[in-house]
Amino acid sequence: MVQDNDRQDASGPMIRFQKVKKSFGDVHVLRELDLDVATAERISIIGASGSGKTTLLRILMTLEEPNSGVIYVDGEPLWHKKVNGELVEADEKHLRKMRGKIGMVFQQFNLFPHMKVLRNVTEAPIHVLGTPRDKAEARAKELLDMVGLADKMDNYPSQLSGGQQQRVAIARALAMQPKVMLFDEITAALDPELVGEVLGVMRQLAHETQMTMLIVTHEMGFARDVSHRIVFLHEGQVLEEGPPEKIFTNPDHPRTREFLSRVLEH
Amino acid sequence: MLPPFDLLPTLVRGLRVTIGLTLAASTLALIVAVIAGVARTSKNPLISGIVGFYVELFRGTSVLVQMFWIFFVLPIPPFNISLSPFLAGVIALGLNVGAYGSEVVRGAIQAISRSQIEAGIALNFTPTQRMTRIILPQAMVRILPPFGNLLIELLKSTALVSLITLSDLTFQALTLRQTVGRTTEVFAVLLIMYFLLAYPLTLGVRWVEGRRVWA
Repeated sequence: MVQDNDRQDASGPMIRFQKVKKSFGDVHVLRELDLDVATAERISIIGASGSGKTTLLRILMTLEEPNSGVIYVDGEPLWHKKVNGELVEADEKHLRKMRGKIGMVFQQFNLFPHMKVLRNVTEAPIHVLGTPRDKAEARAKELLDMVGLADKMDNYPSQLSGGQQQRVAIARALAMQPKVMLFDEITAALDPELVGEVLGVMRQLAHETQMTMLIVTHEMGFARDVSHRIVFLHEGQVLEEGPPEKIFTNPDHPRTREFLSRVLEH
Repeated sequence: MLPPFDLLPTLVRGLRVTIGLTLAASTLALIVAVIAGVARTSKNPLISGIVGFYVELFRGTSVLVQMFWIFFVLPIPPFNISLSPFLAGVIALGLNVGAYGSEVVRGAIQAISRSQIEAGIALNFTPTQRMTRIILPQAMVRILPPFGNLLIELLKSTALVSLITLSDLTFQALTLRQTVGRTTEVFAVLLIMYFLLAYPLTLGVRWVEGRRVWA
Protein backbone atom coordinates (compact mmCIF):
# COMPACT_ATOMS: atom_id res chain seq x y z
CA MET A 1 0.00 0.00 0.00
CA VAL A 2 1.11 3.49 -0.81
CA GLN A 3 1.66 5.60 2.24
CA ASP A 4 -0.50 8.69 2.27
CA ASN A 5 1.31 11.92 3.11
CA ASP A 6 -1.84 13.38 4.61
CA ARG A 7 -2.09 10.70 7.23
CA GLN A 8 -2.14 11.72 10.80
CA ASP A 9 -0.03 10.00 13.39
CA ALA A 10 -0.43 6.29 12.75
CA SER A 11 -1.39 5.72 16.37
CA GLY A 12 -4.29 8.20 16.05
CA PRO A 13 -7.90 7.17 16.28
CA MET A 14 -9.70 5.35 13.47
CA ILE A 15 -12.48 7.89 13.69
CA ARG A 16 -12.44 11.41 15.04
CA PHE A 17 -15.36 13.84 15.19
CA GLN A 18 -14.23 17.44 15.80
CA LYS A 19 -16.91 19.94 16.72
CA VAL A 20 -19.34 18.45 14.22
CA LYS A 21 -22.59 20.33 13.76
CA LYS A 22 -25.60 19.17 11.85
CA SER A 23 -29.04 20.65 11.74
CA PHE A 24 -32.12 19.94 9.67
CA GLY A 25 -33.79 23.30 9.31
CA ASP A 26 -34.22 24.66 12.83
CA VAL A 27 -33.58 21.32 14.46
CA HIS A 28 -30.03 21.01 15.76
CA VAL A 29 -29.25 17.32 15.66
CA LEU A 30 -25.53 17.40 16.39
CA ARG A 31 -24.10 20.27 18.46
CA GLU A 32 -20.32 20.48 18.19
CA LEU A 33 -20.02 16.79 18.75
CA ASP A 34 -16.57 15.42 19.62
CA LEU A 35 -15.90 11.71 19.56
CA ASP A 36 -12.89 9.46 19.01
CA VAL A 37 -13.07 5.78 18.18
CA ALA A 38 -9.88 3.74 18.31
CA THR A 39 -8.88 1.15 15.73
CA ALA A 40 -10.59 -2.20 16.42
CA GLU A 41 -12.73 -0.60 19.08
CA ARG A 42 -16.40 -1.46 19.28
CA ILE A 43 -18.62 1.26 20.62
CA SER A 44 -22.36 1.27 21.14
CA ILE A 45 -24.11 4.58 20.80
CA ILE A 46 -27.20 4.89 22.93
CA GLY A 47 -29.60 7.71 23.62
CA ALA A 48 -33.18 8.83 23.19
CA SER A 49 -34.65 9.14 19.73
CA GLY A 50 -33.64 12.49 18.27
CA SER A 51 -30.37 12.53 20.19
CA GLY A 52 -28.41 12.29 16.92
CA LYS A 53 -27.29 8.64 16.96
CA THR A 54 -28.44 7.76 13.47
CA THR A 55 -27.32 11.11 12.06
CA LEU A 56 -23.84 10.45 13.41
CA LEU A 57 -23.66 7.18 11.47
CA ARG A 58 -25.22 8.67 8.35
CA ILE A 59 -22.64 11.48 8.30
CA LEU A 60 -19.87 8.87 8.56
CA MET A 61 -21.37 6.94 5.63
CA THR A 62 -21.50 10.25 3.68
CA LEU A 63 -25.28 10.05 3.45
CA GLU A 64 -25.62 13.39 5.25
CA GLU A 65 -23.21 16.29 5.03
CA PRO A 66 -22.27 18.04 8.29
CA ASN A 67 -22.84 21.80 8.53
CA SER A 68 -19.47 22.36 10.17
CA GLY A 69 -16.68 20.58 11.95
CA VAL A 70 -14.21 18.02 10.66
CA ILE A 71 -14.35 14.24 10.70
CA TYR A 72 -11.29 12.08 10.27
CA VAL A 73 -11.46 8.46 9.21
CA ASP A 74 -8.26 6.44 9.27
CA GLY A 75 -6.25 9.64 9.55
CA GLU A 76 -7.83 11.43 6.59
CA PRO A 77 -10.57 14.05 6.59
CA LEU A 78 -13.84 12.50 5.42
CA TRP A 79 -15.83 15.45 4.12
CA HIS A 80 -12.78 17.56 3.24
CA LYS A 81 -9.72 17.37 1.11
CA LYS A 82 -6.39 18.88 1.94
CA VAL A 83 -5.28 21.32 -0.74
CA ASN A 84 -2.07 23.23 0.04
CA GLY A 85 -2.52 22.45 3.71
CA GLU A 86 -6.06 23.84 3.80
CA LEU A 87 -9.24 21.83 4.17
CA VAL A 88 -11.62 22.30 1.27
CA GLU A 89 -14.89 20.57 0.54
CA ALA A 90 -14.36 17.02 -0.72
CA ASP A 91 -15.27 16.07 -4.27
CA GLU A 92 -16.99 12.85 -5.33
CA LYS A 93 -13.62 11.21 -6.02
CA HIS A 94 -12.42 11.80 -2.46
CA LEU A 95 -15.74 10.68 -1.01
CA ARG A 96 -15.58 7.44 -2.99
CA LYS A 97 -12.07 6.76 -1.74
CA MET A 98 -13.20 7.33 1.85
CA ARG A 99 -16.38 5.24 1.45
CA GLY A 100 -14.17 2.29 0.64
CA LYS A 101 -13.10 2.26 4.29
CA ILE A 102 -16.62 2.20 5.67
CA GLY A 103 -19.54 -0.21 5.49
CA MET A 104 -23.06 0.15 6.83
CA VAL A 105 -25.99 -2.06 7.76
CA PHE A 106 -29.36 -0.33 7.76
CA GLN A 107 -32.44 -0.65 9.93
CA GLN A 108 -34.57 -1.57 6.91
CA PHE A 109 -31.94 -3.95 5.40
CA ASN A 110 -32.08 -2.18 1.99
CA LEU A 111 -31.22 -5.31 0.05
CA PHE A 112 -31.53 -5.04 -3.72
CA PRO A 113 -34.90 -6.71 -4.42
CA HIS A 114 -34.11 -7.51 -8.05
CA MET A 115 -30.99 -9.52 -7.25
CA LYS A 116 -30.75 -12.96 -5.72
CA VAL A 117 -29.05 -13.22 -2.34
CA LEU A 118 -25.69 -14.29 -3.79
CA ARG A 119 -25.65 -11.39 -6.24
CA ASN A 120 -26.60 -8.95 -3.50
CA VAL A 121 -23.33 -9.95 -1.84
CA THR A 122 -21.11 -10.17 -4.96
CA GLU A 123 -22.33 -7.15 -6.94
CA ALA A 124 -20.23 -4.52 -5.20
CA PRO A 125 -17.03 -6.59 -4.81
CA ILE A 126 -17.14 -7.42 -8.53
CA HIS A 127 -18.07 -3.99 -9.89
CA VAL A 128 -16.55 -1.68 -7.28
CA LEU A 129 -13.46 -3.57 -6.12
CA GLY A 130 -12.91 -5.43 -9.39
CA THR A 131 -12.76 -8.83 -7.68
CA PRO A 132 -12.96 -11.68 -10.23
CA ARG A 133 -16.42 -13.27 -10.21
CA ASP A 134 -15.29 -16.72 -9.03
CA LYS A 135 -13.36 -15.25 -6.11
CA ALA A 136 -16.20 -12.90 -5.18
CA GLU A 137 -18.67 -15.78 -5.24
CA ALA A 138 -16.44 -18.02 -3.15
CA ARG A 139 -16.04 -15.25 -0.58
CA ALA A 140 -19.78 -14.51 -0.64
CA LYS A 141 -20.56 -18.16 0.02
CA GLU A 142 -18.19 -18.13 3.01
CA LEU A 143 -19.88 -15.03 4.38
CA LEU A 144 -23.39 -16.40 3.79
CA ASP A 145 -22.30 -19.59 5.50
CA MET A 146 -21.04 -17.52 8.44
CA VAL A 147 -24.43 -15.82 8.81
CA GLY A 148 -26.15 -19.20 8.40
CA LEU A 149 -27.74 -18.57 5.02
CA ALA A 150 -25.66 -20.60 2.56
CA ASP A 151 -28.84 -22.44 1.53
CA LYS A 152 -30.64 -19.21 0.60
CA MET A 153 -28.19 -17.81 -1.94
CA ASP A 154 -30.49 -18.54 -4.89
CA ASN A 155 -33.49 -16.88 -3.26
CA TYR A 156 -34.70 -13.35 -3.78
CA PRO A 157 -34.76 -11.12 -0.67
CA SER A 158 -38.57 -11.04 -0.70
CA GLN A 159 -38.56 -14.80 -0.07
CA LEU A 160 -36.62 -14.32 3.18
CA SER A 161 -37.72 -13.33 6.67
CA GLY A 162 -36.63 -9.98 8.07
CA GLY A 163 -33.97 -11.62 10.21
CA GLN A 164 -32.61 -13.51 7.23
CA GLN A 165 -32.60 -10.36 5.11
CA GLN A 166 -30.68 -8.49 7.78
CA ARG A 167 -28.10 -11.29 7.99
CA VAL A 168 -27.66 -11.07 4.20
CA ALA A 169 -27.21 -7.31 4.57
CA ILE A 170 -24.45 -7.92 7.12
CA ALA A 171 -22.74 -10.37 4.75
CA ARG A 172 -23.11 -7.86 1.90
CA ALA A 173 -21.41 -5.10 3.89
CA LEU A 174 -18.63 -7.43 5.10
CA ALA A 175 -17.89 -8.53 1.53
CA MET A 176 -16.46 -5.05 0.89
CA GLN A 177 -13.90 -5.58 3.68
CA PRO A 178 -14.37 -2.17 5.28
CA LYS A 179 -12.16 -1.01 8.12
CA VAL A 180 -15.15 0.45 9.91
CA MET A 181 -18.64 -1.03 10.14
CA LEU A 182 -21.69 1.01 11.06
CA PHE A 183 -24.82 -0.71 12.37
CA ASP A 184 -27.89 1.49 12.47
CA GLU A 185 -30.55 -0.03 14.74
CA ILE A 186 -30.33 -3.22 12.79
CA THR A 187 -32.83 -5.12 14.91
CA ALA A 188 -35.37 -2.31 15.30
CA ALA A 189 -37.46 -3.35 12.29
CA LEU A 190 -37.53 -7.04 13.22
CA ASP A 191 -40.22 -9.10 14.91
CA PRO A 192 -39.06 -9.92 18.43
CA GLU A 193 -38.51 -13.60 17.68
CA LEU A 194 -36.09 -12.70 14.85
CA VAL A 195 -33.89 -10.33 16.86
CA GLY A 196 -31.87 -13.15 18.42
CA GLU A 197 -30.57 -14.61 15.17
CA VAL A 198 -29.24 -11.21 14.04
CA LEU A 199 -27.65 -10.44 17.41
CA GLY A 200 -26.12 -13.91 17.34
CA VAL A 201 -24.34 -13.09 14.10
CA MET A 202 -23.22 -9.76 15.57
CA ARG A 203 -21.80 -11.39 18.68
CA GLN A 204 -19.90 -13.84 16.49
CA LEU A 205 -18.61 -10.98 14.38
CA ALA A 206 -17.46 -9.08 17.45
CA HIS A 207 -15.72 -12.20 18.67
CA GLU A 208 -13.94 -13.11 15.43
CA THR A 209 -12.93 -9.84 13.79
CA GLN A 210 -10.82 -6.83 14.58
CA MET A 211 -13.03 -4.39 12.73
CA THR A 212 -13.84 -1.02 14.20
CA MET A 213 -17.58 -1.01 14.87
CA LEU A 214 -20.06 1.72 15.66
CA ILE A 215 -23.35 0.26 16.80
CA VAL A 216 -26.51 2.26 17.31
CA THR A 217 -28.90 0.08 19.25
CA HIS A 218 -31.72 -0.14 21.74
CA GLU A 219 -30.69 -3.68 22.75
CA MET A 220 -28.89 -2.79 25.97
CA GLY A 221 -27.95 -6.35 26.92
CA PHE A 222 -26.33 -6.83 23.56
CA ALA A 223 -24.56 -3.45 23.74
CA ARG A 224 -23.18 -4.42 27.13
CA ASP A 225 -21.87 -7.77 25.90
CA VAL A 226 -20.14 -6.73 22.69
CA SER A 227 -18.96 -3.17 23.28
CA HIS A 228 -15.67 -1.92 24.62
CA ARG A 229 -17.31 1.40 25.32
CA ILE A 230 -20.78 2.89 25.59
CA VAL A 231 -21.40 6.39 24.32
CA PHE A 232 -24.50 8.17 25.60
CA LEU A 233 -25.72 10.90 23.28
CA HIS A 234 -27.97 13.63 24.57
CA GLU A 235 -29.19 16.53 22.44
CA GLY A 236 -26.47 16.13 19.86
CA GLN A 237 -23.52 15.82 22.20
CA VAL A 238 -21.69 13.06 24.02
CA LEU A 239 -22.99 13.47 27.53
CA GLU A 240 -21.28 10.46 29.02
CA GLU A 241 -19.08 7.61 27.87
CA GLY A 242 -17.27 4.74 29.45
CA PRO A 243 -16.96 0.99 29.74
CA PRO A 244 -20.30 -0.88 29.72
CA GLU A 245 -19.98 -2.01 33.36
CA LYS A 246 -19.65 1.58 34.46
CA ILE A 247 -22.36 3.11 32.25
CA PHE A 248 -24.93 0.43 32.91
CA THR A 249 -24.38 0.05 36.65
CA ASN A 250 -23.11 3.37 37.88
CA PRO A 251 -23.51 6.21 35.38
CA ASP A 252 -22.32 9.65 36.47
CA HIS A 253 -24.94 11.75 34.84
CA PRO A 254 -28.55 11.80 36.03
CA ARG A 255 -29.79 11.99 32.44
CA THR A 256 -27.97 8.78 31.60
CA ARG A 257 -29.53 7.15 34.63
CA GLU A 258 -32.95 8.42 33.65
CA PHE A 259 -32.58 7.13 30.08
CA LEU A 260 -31.35 3.74 31.19
CA SER A 261 -34.12 3.30 33.71
CA ARG A 262 -36.64 4.02 30.96
CA VAL A 263 -35.20 1.55 28.45
CA LEU A 264 -34.32 -1.17 30.94
CA GLU A 265 -37.77 -1.14 32.53
CA HIS A 266 -39.41 -3.35 29.93
CA MET B 1 -57.21 -14.03 -56.17
CA LEU B 2 -60.62 -13.79 -54.59
CA PRO B 3 -61.68 -10.54 -52.97
CA PRO B 4 -60.65 -9.27 -50.52
CA PHE B 5 -57.40 -11.20 -50.86
CA ASP B 6 -56.57 -9.51 -54.15
CA LEU B 7 -55.98 -6.36 -52.09
CA LEU B 8 -53.31 -7.99 -50.00
CA PRO B 9 -50.15 -7.76 -52.18
CA THR B 10 -50.43 -3.98 -52.32
CA LEU B 11 -51.29 -3.65 -48.65
CA VAL B 12 -48.49 -6.00 -47.57
CA ARG B 13 -46.01 -3.72 -49.34
CA GLY B 14 -47.27 -0.89 -47.14
CA LEU B 15 -47.30 -3.18 -44.13
CA ARG B 16 -43.55 -3.74 -44.51
CA VAL B 17 -42.93 -0.01 -44.37
CA THR B 18 -45.20 0.37 -41.33
CA ILE B 19 -43.43 -2.43 -39.47
CA GLY B 20 -39.97 -1.10 -40.33
CA LEU B 21 -41.00 2.36 -39.26
CA THR B 22 -42.48 1.11 -35.99
CA LEU B 23 -39.36 -0.90 -35.13
CA ALA B 24 -36.96 1.92 -35.93
CA ALA B 25 -39.02 4.64 -34.26
CA SER B 26 -39.70 2.61 -31.11
CA THR B 27 -35.99 1.81 -30.78
CA LEU B 28 -35.22 5.52 -31.02
CA ALA B 29 -38.07 6.33 -28.63
CA LEU B 30 -36.81 3.84 -26.05
CA ILE B 31 -33.25 5.18 -26.17
CA VAL B 32 -34.43 8.79 -26.03
CA ALA B 33 -36.89 8.03 -23.22
CA VAL B 34 -34.27 6.42 -21.00
CA ILE B 35 -31.62 9.09 -21.63
CA ALA B 36 -34.07 11.98 -21.26
CA GLY B 37 -35.81 10.37 -18.29
CA VAL B 38 -32.51 9.90 -16.45
CA ALA B 39 -31.29 13.37 -17.44
CA ARG B 40 -34.50 14.91 -16.15
CA THR B 41 -33.63 13.66 -12.66
CA SER B 42 -30.20 15.32 -12.89
CA LYS B 43 -29.27 17.79 -10.18
CA ASN B 44 -27.64 19.96 -12.83
CA PRO B 45 -30.30 22.59 -13.66
CA LEU B 46 -28.90 23.13 -17.16
CA ILE B 47 -29.27 19.45 -18.08
CA SER B 48 -32.71 18.98 -16.56
CA GLY B 49 -33.77 22.33 -18.03
CA ILE B 50 -32.77 21.50 -21.60
CA VAL B 51 -34.40 18.09 -21.37
CA GLY B 52 -37.51 19.61 -19.81
CA PHE B 53 -37.76 22.02 -22.75
CA TYR B 54 -37.51 19.15 -25.24
CA VAL B 55 -40.15 17.11 -23.41
CA GLU B 56 -42.64 19.96 -23.14
CA LEU B 57 -42.03 21.03 -26.75
CA PHE B 58 -42.77 17.56 -28.13
CA ARG B 59 -45.65 16.85 -25.78
CA GLY B 60 -47.21 20.26 -26.35
CA THR B 61 -47.33 20.18 -30.15
CA SER B 62 -48.90 17.85 -32.69
CA VAL B 63 -46.79 14.94 -33.91
CA LEU B 64 -48.04 15.66 -37.41
CA VAL B 65 -46.77 19.23 -37.24
CA GLN B 66 -43.45 17.93 -35.85
CA MET B 67 -43.25 15.60 -38.83
CA PHE B 68 -43.95 18.47 -41.24
CA TRP B 69 -41.22 20.51 -39.63
CA ILE B 70 -38.68 17.74 -39.87
CA PHE B 71 -39.60 16.84 -43.44
CA PHE B 72 -40.59 20.16 -45.02
CA VAL B 73 -38.91 22.89 -42.98
CA LEU B 74 -35.51 21.41 -42.11
CA PRO B 75 -34.38 21.28 -45.80
CA ILE B 76 -34.89 25.06 -46.07
CA PRO B 77 -32.12 27.50 -45.04
CA PRO B 78 -30.79 28.15 -42.46
CA PHE B 79 -31.14 24.45 -41.52
CA ASN B 80 -30.37 22.80 -44.87
CA ILE B 81 -30.98 19.31 -43.51
CA SER B 82 -32.70 17.04 -46.02
CA LEU B 83 -34.00 13.75 -44.71
CA SER B 84 -35.67 10.86 -46.51
CA PRO B 85 -39.39 10.48 -45.71
CA PHE B 86 -38.62 7.30 -43.77
CA LEU B 87 -35.91 8.92 -41.65
CA ALA B 88 -38.06 11.99 -41.05
CA GLY B 89 -40.90 9.72 -39.92
CA VAL B 90 -38.60 7.74 -37.60
CA ILE B 91 -37.18 10.89 -36.03
CA ALA B 92 -40.53 12.62 -35.56
CA LEU B 93 -42.24 9.57 -34.05
CA GLY B 94 -39.18 8.56 -32.03
CA LEU B 95 -38.70 11.99 -30.51
CA ASN B 96 -42.43 12.42 -29.86
CA VAL B 97 -42.96 9.08 -28.17
CA GLY B 98 -39.56 9.42 -26.51
CA ALA B 99 -40.78 12.63 -24.85
CA TYR B 100 -43.81 10.87 -23.38
CA GLY B 101 -41.66 7.86 -22.51
CA SER B 102 -39.13 10.01 -20.67
CA GLU B 103 -41.86 11.10 -18.26
CA VAL B 104 -42.63 7.44 -17.61
CA VAL B 105 -38.94 6.76 -16.98
CA ARG B 106 -38.57 9.81 -14.73
CA GLY B 107 -41.61 8.83 -12.67
CA ALA B 108 -40.36 5.26 -12.30
CA ILE B 109 -36.90 6.43 -11.21
CA GLN B 110 -38.33 8.81 -8.65
CA ALA B 111 -40.55 6.05 -7.28
CA ILE B 112 -37.49 4.01 -6.26
CA SER B 113 -36.94 4.39 -2.55
CA ARG B 114 -34.12 6.68 -1.44
CA SER B 115 -32.89 3.83 0.77
CA GLN B 116 -31.90 1.85 -2.33
CA ILE B 117 -29.65 4.72 -3.42
CA GLU B 118 -28.18 4.89 0.10
CA ALA B 119 -27.41 1.19 0.02
CA GLY B 120 -25.62 1.85 -3.27
CA ILE B 121 -23.62 4.68 -1.73
CA ALA B 122 -22.70 2.54 1.29
CA LEU B 123 -21.37 -0.14 -1.08
CA ASN B 124 -19.35 2.55 -2.87
CA PHE B 125 -20.97 2.22 -6.28
CA THR B 126 -20.36 5.15 -8.65
CA PRO B 127 -23.38 7.36 -9.42
CA THR B 128 -23.58 5.75 -12.88
CA GLN B 129 -23.47 2.24 -11.40
CA ARG B 130 -26.19 3.16 -8.94
CA MET B 131 -28.35 4.21 -11.86
CA THR B 132 -27.63 1.27 -14.18
CA ARG B 133 -27.33 -1.55 -11.64
CA ILE B 134 -29.74 -0.58 -8.88
CA ILE B 135 -32.28 2.03 -9.93
CA LEU B 136 -33.03 1.39 -13.61
CA PRO B 137 -33.47 -2.41 -13.30
CA GLN B 138 -36.05 -1.81 -10.57
CA ALA B 139 -37.65 1.07 -12.46
CA MET B 140 -38.03 -1.12 -15.59
CA VAL B 141 -40.85 -2.99 -13.90
CA ARG B 142 -42.85 0.23 -13.67
CA ILE B 143 -41.70 1.42 -17.07
CA LEU B 144 -42.72 -1.57 -19.18
CA PRO B 145 -46.53 -1.54 -18.99
CA PRO B 146 -46.96 2.16 -19.84
CA PHE B 147 -44.21 1.86 -22.42
CA GLY B 148 -46.07 -0.98 -24.12
CA ASN B 149 -49.06 1.32 -24.43
CA LEU B 150 -46.85 4.05 -25.89
CA LEU B 151 -45.51 1.62 -28.49
CA ILE B 152 -49.05 0.73 -29.54
CA GLU B 153 -49.79 4.45 -29.84
CA LEU B 154 -46.63 4.83 -31.89
CA LEU B 155 -47.66 2.02 -34.22
CA LYS B 156 -51.01 3.65 -34.84
CA SER B 157 -49.41 7.08 -35.33
CA THR B 158 -47.24 5.72 -38.13
CA ALA B 159 -50.33 6.20 -40.34
CA LEU B 160 -49.44 9.91 -40.34
CA VAL B 161 -46.31 9.33 -42.44
CA SER B 162 -48.57 8.85 -45.45
CA LEU B 163 -48.79 12.65 -45.32
CA ILE B 164 -45.04 13.07 -45.87
CA THR B 165 -45.12 10.88 -49.01
CA LEU B 166 -44.14 7.61 -47.37
CA SER B 167 -45.90 4.50 -48.82
CA ASP B 168 -46.94 2.90 -45.55
CA LEU B 169 -49.97 0.70 -44.91
CA THR B 170 -52.41 3.61 -44.74
CA PHE B 171 -50.92 5.24 -47.86
CA GLN B 172 -51.40 1.99 -49.85
CA ALA B 173 -54.96 1.67 -48.60
CA LEU B 174 -55.77 5.22 -49.71
CA THR B 175 -54.22 4.50 -53.12
CA LEU B 176 -56.22 1.27 -53.46
CA ARG B 177 -59.41 3.06 -52.59
CA GLN B 178 -58.77 5.59 -55.35
CA THR B 179 -57.85 3.01 -57.97
CA VAL B 180 -60.24 0.10 -57.28
CA GLY B 181 -62.90 1.75 -55.13
CA ARG B 182 -64.39 -0.84 -52.67
CA THR B 183 -64.02 1.61 -49.80
CA THR B 184 -65.58 -0.55 -47.08
CA GLU B 185 -63.56 -3.59 -48.04
CA VAL B 186 -60.24 -1.72 -48.20
CA PHE B 187 -60.70 -0.02 -44.86
CA ALA B 188 -61.97 -3.22 -43.22
CA VAL B 189 -58.78 -5.02 -44.23
CA LEU B 190 -56.76 -2.01 -43.10
CA LEU B 191 -58.41 -2.06 -39.70
CA ILE B 192 -57.76 -5.77 -39.25
CA MET B 193 -54.12 -5.44 -40.27
CA TYR B 194 -53.46 -2.68 -37.71
CA PHE B 195 -55.16 -4.72 -35.04
CA LEU B 196 -53.11 -7.81 -35.90
CA LEU B 197 -49.99 -5.69 -35.52
CA ALA B 198 -50.97 -4.08 -32.25
CA TYR B 199 -52.38 -7.08 -30.43
CA PRO B 200 -49.14 -9.09 -30.28
CA LEU B 201 -47.52 -6.01 -28.76
CA THR B 202 -50.10 -6.09 -25.97
CA LEU B 203 -49.49 -9.80 -25.43
CA GLY B 204 -45.72 -9.22 -25.48
CA VAL B 205 -45.92 -6.60 -22.76
CA ARG B 206 -48.06 -8.91 -20.63
CA TRP B 207 -45.58 -11.73 -21.13
CA VAL B 208 -42.62 -9.59 -20.07
CA GLU B 209 -44.55 -8.38 -17.02
CA GLY B 210 -45.34 -11.95 -16.02
CA ARG B 211 -41.70 -12.94 -16.20
CA ARG B 212 -40.71 -10.84 -13.21
CA VAL B 213 -39.69 -13.21 -10.47
CA TRP B 214 -38.93 -10.84 -7.58
CA ALA B 215 -41.58 -9.02 -5.67
